[in-house]
Amino acid sequence: MATVKMTVNGKSISRDVSDNTLLVSFLRETLSLTGTHVGCDTSQCGACVVHVNKKAVKSCTMLAVAADGFNVETIEGVGQEDLHPMQLAFKENHGLQCGFCTPGMIMTAIDMVARYNSIGKELNEVAIRKELEGNICRCTGYHNIIKSIQDGAFKMSNA
Amino acid sequence: MSEGIGARVLRKEDKRFITGRGRYTDDIKADNQAYAAFVRSPHAHAIIRGIDAKVAEKTSGVIGVMNGSQLTGDGIGNIICGWAISSKDGSPMNMGAWSALATEKVRYVGDAVAVVIAESQEIARNAAELVEVDYEVLPAVVNSVESLQNNACQIHENAPGNLIFDWEIGNLSETDEALKNAAHITKLELTNNRLSPNAMEPRSALAMYNSIEDHYTLYTTSQNPHVARLVLSAFYQVAPEHKLRVIAPDVGGGFGSKIFIYPEEITCLWASMKTGRSVKWTSDRTEAFLTDAHGRDHISMAQIGFDSDNNIVGLKVNTKANLGAYMSLFSSAVPTYLYATLLSGQYNISNIYCDVQAVYTNTAPVDAYRGAGRPEACYLVERIMETAARELGVSPVELRRQNFITEFPHETPVIMTYDVGDYAANLEQAMEASNYNSFNKRRVEAQKRGKLRGLGMSCYIEACGIAPSAAVGSLGAGVGLWESAEVRVNPVGTIEVLTGSHSHGQGHETTFAQVVADRFGLPIDNIQIVHGDTDKVQMGMGTYGSRSGAVGMSAIAKALDKVEAKVKKIAAHVLEAEESEIIIESGEVKVSGTNKGMGWHEVGLAAYTGHNLPEGMEPGLKEGCFYDPVNFTFPSGCYICEVEVDPETGVTDIIQFVASDDFGTIINPMIVEGQVHGGLAQGIGQAMYENVVYDTEGQLLSASYMDYTMPRADDLPMYQVMHKSTVCPSNPLGIKGCGEAGAIGSPPAVINAITDAIGNNSLEMPASPANVWAALQLNSPKLAAE
Repeated sequence: MATVKMTVNGKSISRDVSDNTLLVSFLRETLSLTGTHVGCDTSQCGACVVHVNKKAVKSCTMLAVAADGFNVETIEGVGQEDLHPMQLAFKENHGLQCGFCTPGMIMTAIDMVARYNSIGKELNEVAIRKELEGNICRCTGYHNIIKSIQDGAFKMSNA
Repeated sequence: MSEGIGARVLRKEDKRFITGRGRYTDDIKADNQAYAAFVRSPHAHAIIRGIDAKVAEKTSGVIGVMNGSQLTGDGIGNIICGWAISSKDGSPMNMGAWSALATEKVRYVGDAVAVVIAESQEIARNAAELVEVDYEVLPAVVNSVESLQNNACQIHENAPGNLIFDWEIGNLSETDEALKNAAHITKLELTNNRLSPNAMEPRSALAMYNSIEDHYTLYTTSQNPHVARLVLSAFYQVAPEHKLRVIAPDVGGGFGSKIFIYPEEITCLWASMKTGRSVKWTSDRTEAFLTDAHGRDHISMAQIGFDSDNNIVGLKVNTKANLGAYMSLFSSAVPTYLYATLLSGQYNISNIYCDVQAVYTNTAPVDAYRGAGRPEACYLVERIMETAARELGVSPVELRRQNFITEFPHETPVIMTYDVGDYAANLEQAMEASNYNSFNKRRVEAQKRGKLRGLGMSCYIEACGIAPSAAVGSLGAGVGLWESAEVRVNPVGTIEVLTGSHSHGQGHETTFAQVVADRFGLPIDNIQIVHGDTDKVQMGMGTYGSRSGAVGMSAIAKALDKVEAKVKKIAAHVLEAEESEIIIESGEVKVSGTNKGMGWHEVGLAAYTGHNLPEGMEPGLKEGCFYDPVNFTFPSGCYICEVEVDPETGVTDIIQFVASDDFGTIINPMIVEGQVHGGLAQGIGQAMYENVVYDTEGQLLSASYMDYTMPRADDLPMYQVMHKSTVCPSNPLGIKGCGEAGAIGSPPAVINAITDAIGNNSLEMPASPANVWAALQLNSPKLAAE
């Protein structure tokens, strides 16, 4: 057991956790932030993507203790009543169906746009498809996810 | 009408999903919750000689370890297949026993033999590793053809030779005669590869037993919670129906795999009663690959005959269907009535015969997966039509067009009556959108770049709206396949619609509300769709087979008829007019041609106050309907796929994919297009990427996302999706259904395109780079000889 302290969605928290508790379990079970999902056990599907110190991380590949002192943002922190432009883009472009992969997709997409913006590179369809290599969706066939991320990128730049 | 039928309305349900507030089964935590982990067989076929759980039981945090003898000892019944199929000779199917926890024998890798209940998931899983099962390993068989051979191991005692049934449809002697007289015969042997459904949300169950009330509540990942309750109660004797509440909250995709009742739900309910704890189990991904019912797995031989004018004279098919180690809930219907009844495709074929041998193997059970039987039929028909066109040296377009059914209703030799369609219209729309006629220019241009370009099409038909209850009953179904709806208009005029359909991504909360909004001119925000809870919703049959539009929304439409009739009676009485003069529009109830009227909410209030109702009328405004369809519906369309193959590597890129569909009436084009996109991805996935692979000993080699190729964003194109529709005559809204078409129509279009590109037909799914490259080598015998 160890005590971890971190900032989650803007709030400082402190909890005792086992050394082998994954960040995703800590978020879901200990903090009841169930918007972050588990879709596989091999870090392939991306349903568990959160932001750690503003970078997209698969929370199933990180121990909770490894996030000690870090800033963690989950889908719940991205926007609730006041939606983030990327959340809005997914709704407006029908970028989700069952919704299970959606939080991970949105977290990945926000990170993707921020990275491309920071280096001034164009985030076109080909780039988005390549960037989504770590996120699986079984419902949408990706078509509307691509459109959502393009629209979300536009909305973020004009926000 | 901005929110009515045909409007591109954004989804009402999205907000909770994009903010992380969806509520899936694993998100729900019960007081006093314990966790289940299953001890699963590592062998494909073995006798259980003993189970030693002493060490596991003594582990700190373990509440109990229970096995199959205890489960059956408590009277929990065997899992059954709900559709009885008889063999050619009239004998019933040979269904072997399937206990939720195996008792004497295990029959596939993943078969559950015991369950550990513990204080945490981690403790449960670690303790499951400590349960020692003494197995006597038996030989195993995984392939349907090998399973039928004399020397194969015997899997179930009551299925001699591993044959479950040997079924037939159509007329054998007439088909043989027609083929004998044919001017040309095309033969084709095909494998329809085994797939894993892979809903992104793994299956999960949370069972809560209340000993004071002797009552159970089950949260579960189900496409049909009422059917789950019925089966759990009537067949597995877990609890009587009135003592069992089944709730399917948000469900993260189903694709068929969440129709069936699995061992884990049964075991969690039973374990909850045994331990006095709430019991949760959530599958991990490898468990999902091992135990979620797989799809497809057909091996077929087909021959089609043509007369000297290239008209089809007969089609004869033999199919071996691998049903795995046990018969899952609808497993017998998939390779029979959901498959062979569609072998006429879009074509006028006078003589068809098909026989199907359904076979046990030491593999996971096989059941309905997106399309369920129709993708297998479509793949066969559209591959053999394309092959025949190549052999006959005629255009695949013209061969199809000249054989299209053009007059309706049309009765096929395989018991379907197609009601309406315009196959040429979809063909032409797809050809135009894909610039079909200029393909050769693109092929030549690709050649200059060293690439092989190919084009393939598929003209699919499928059957949805399952199904008229009496008809399916006569074919062996153990249930009726109607749907129910209840429309409750509240005293303030807002509306709740309770439906037996279940949404697990299809957007019912929006589209069903659109149907109501369209009828009364109300905003969809005033309409709430309630589903997925057996305590709230009357008995319903659930969502699969693209039935929620054609059957589920028909039930709503019929209930709305009754509401409308009562509203008109009340308004006519209050406004002192004739019922025939009352019109309902934009949320107002008016006397036609006058300025007299009342608000929709005023009618609601009048109904509930009961102060001024027509004589003899009951107060209240709530109507229901159990809608039983009168026919299947027949979505159809034309898909065109264009590919480029790199001959050096076999890597294939889809350059364009065009889909022209006839779905009848479309409630929300945005949602329908989304359904097609998803179906196409799964169909292209089958054609190019996905494959469940067992080794000869029955070990599953494709049991994670590192081994099973899920289509990713980078593997797929943008799709061109369009519609050209004929209205379905058999239901009130004219809907045909759209959920599975993409997965049904696309695999043959892809394979026809790739075989066109590489110039030979020796290619099975999935068309991985290795398989395409291997097929290409057949073109150059010199290379093969070297």
